Amino acid sequence: MRTLKFLLQKEFRQIFRDKANVRMIFMMPVIQLLILPWAADYEIKNIKLSVADHDHSTYSRQLVSKITSSGYFQLTGYKDSYEKSLEQIEDDEADIILEIPASFEKTLIKENEAKLFVASNAINGVKGSLGSAYLRSILQDFNREVRLEWIQMPKFNPQTQIEVTSSNWFNPSMNYKFFMVPGMLVLLLTMVGTNLTAINIVKEKEIGTIEQINVTPVKKYHFIIGKLIPFWVLGLIAMTMGLIIAFVIYGILPLGSYLTIYGFAAVYLLAVLGLGLLISTFVSTQQQAMLISFFIMMIFVLLSGLYTSIDSMPVWAQWITRFNPVTYFIEVMRMVVLKGSTFADIKIHLLKITGFAVALNGLAILSYRKRS
Amino acid sequence: MMQSISVQHIVKTYSEKKQTIKALNDISFEVSKGELFGIIGPDGAGKTSLFRILTTLLLADSGTATVEGLDVVKDLKAIRKISGYMPGRFSLYQDLSVIENLNFFATIFNTTVDENYDLIKDIYSQIEPFKHRRAGKLSGGMKQKLALSCALIHRPTVLFLDEPTTGVDAVSRKEFWEMLRRLKEQGITILVSTPYMDEASMCDRVALMQSGSIMTINTPQGIVQSFKNAIFGVRAKNMLHLLNDLKSNEMVSQAYPSGIYHHVIMKNGESKEELSAYLQTKNHQQLEIIDSTPTIEDCFMNLMQENNE
Repeated sequence: MRTLKFLLQKEFRQIFRDKANVRMIFMMPVIQLLILPWAADYEIKNIKLSVADHDHSTYSRQLVSKITSSGYFQLTGYKDSYEKSLEQIEDDEADIILEIPASFEKTLIKENEAKLFVASNAINGVKGSLGSAYLRSILQDFNREVRLEWIQMPKFNPQTQIEVTSSNWFNPSMNYKFFMVPGMLVLLLTMVGTNLTAINIVKEKEIGTIEQINVTPVKKYHFIIGKLIPFWVLGLIAMTMGLIIAFVIYGILPLGSYLTIYGFAAVYLLAVLGLGLLISTFVSTQQQAMLISFFIMMIFVLLSGLYTSIDSMPVWAQWITRFNPVTYFIEVMRMVVLKGSTFADIKIHLLKITGFAVALNGLAILSYRKRS
Repeated sequence: MMQSISVQHIVKTYSEKKQTIKALNDISFEVSKGELFGIIGPDGAGKTSLFRILTTLLLADSGTATVEGLDVVKDLKAIRKISGYMPGRFSLYQDLSVIENLNFFATIFNTTVDENYDLIKDIYSQIEPFKHRRAGKLSGGMKQKLALSCALIHRPTVLFLDEPTTGVDAVSRKEFWEMLRRLKEQGITILVSTPYMDEASMCDRVALMQSGSIMTINTPQGIVQSFKNAIFGVRAKNMLHLLNDLKSNEMVSQAYPSGIYHHVIMKNGESKEELSAYLQTKNHQQLEIIDSTPTIEDCFMNLMQENNE
């Protein structure tokens, strides 16, 4: 116990002595949480629209002004041929083209029917597909207006129509921040846990201090616990700061209890610290540790369901997400924050994370050797 | 008398790609209690591998070694309690202060600085004025003293010092060896390695080591006395020319620069006159040949030559 106390004292001293360390641990989460949620928004705005108008009629102009007044589109070109609009796409000055054929107005009135052509730039897939979907719904709306203007609506609708209204449960205003910020908090916690632990231990290897410790009677588990506890505490501090920011800046107050979040985070941190420890046992320089944890983080982030829904991934990728601890914590975080889930609801998640913690730490302890 | 350190037929090889390098090739030696034993050899002789095996950090491929009668493989825990190790590279916490480092190493050995202060007093008192300075900011000599203090803080019975004087100035080196002599008086067995031949004379006994093998083990005087060949110091106006001429001569076993003279080891006791006569034919000006007493370095060069043949 005495040994452990002094190991911890030494560790905290070293962490807080290095100003860069403190800055990294505390500033990094703050800055990321202040900036990133604003960027991680699925609503597509400012879609650049180029109109190739062959008609130049009242209707075509009405249509264009209706589209631009929706707020989603930004008219960047008003050309008289499709080729010119396409050039704009090639120069990345437009994301989507709306081609209005000649005599659009005439055919619409005479034949009750007219055709429009929409082409979107699919390099940015989300922007392309969402953009044309938005555009289509605006066109439908326009269509209805035109019909209202020209056709006397029958008193009773001859066709049965189903009108759909939807409501968003747990996040009524579909505020993306309510949903992204808790997820980002998880990422920050993972980064602090994995990176710092791995780098800290590898630094001892690099400087050679680990040899000096290895020749002492310090026990393996003392050394490892002495490394885990400080970063466990730091992780919880970083999360507290994140939760404060979530409340102060984004007004996010979890519907569930903070106790559930902290309880889960405590176990989760053990798992990611174990991962950091495991990385540190098979690399020999800080650079390698950085690269490996960066690589793992990339996979963790993209296969965690933070940005994209897991259900829409291919089956093999879904299997990978099951071995990703980040997935579970993001799910739990969202459940607790948005739905107000309790321990009873997350007990399966908790069990799985406990499994991760035991397995990762066990592996790390097995592969950590005091001698080569 | 029981031996403090005993090394029997230790072999250690490293594989690098498809090559295997014999770092230690059947090494055996013994160090008695309270002896100051030096392992002298150039870089790459295998000194550090040997130290790492004895301090239980590395496993040998074959052979056995004991420290104070404890096996380095089976009784590693006991060995870690009684031995102090100072690696060649400064490996204390650079971001902790002098006193914090010392306290830390004292506590992980379950002791306190006060308890063993008398042992380190001599050394530590020299760096005490800087005790709140971070270890990384100390000068080379002070770092060395701190590392030695930390290695001694748990009152070890055996002290392993791997190249403690490498990269330290001449004055600090001399001081360091004096400190070691005083520690020896306390009854601590000291195994020290160094690439500097001139430091051999400070040890009780030395082992001359080269490419993983021990060439000879003897007292420094013994090694010098066992040197049988004639050795001369030669100088002339054109030293480079002189060296080339010496090396191309049949009578000369070895010739190498040493200070202002070239040291020349003769093959079979040829006299100074014979050498002089040869060099006269080569038209060397201001030629001077003196009798030279062999140093450890001369012995080392000679042994190395013999081993290579």
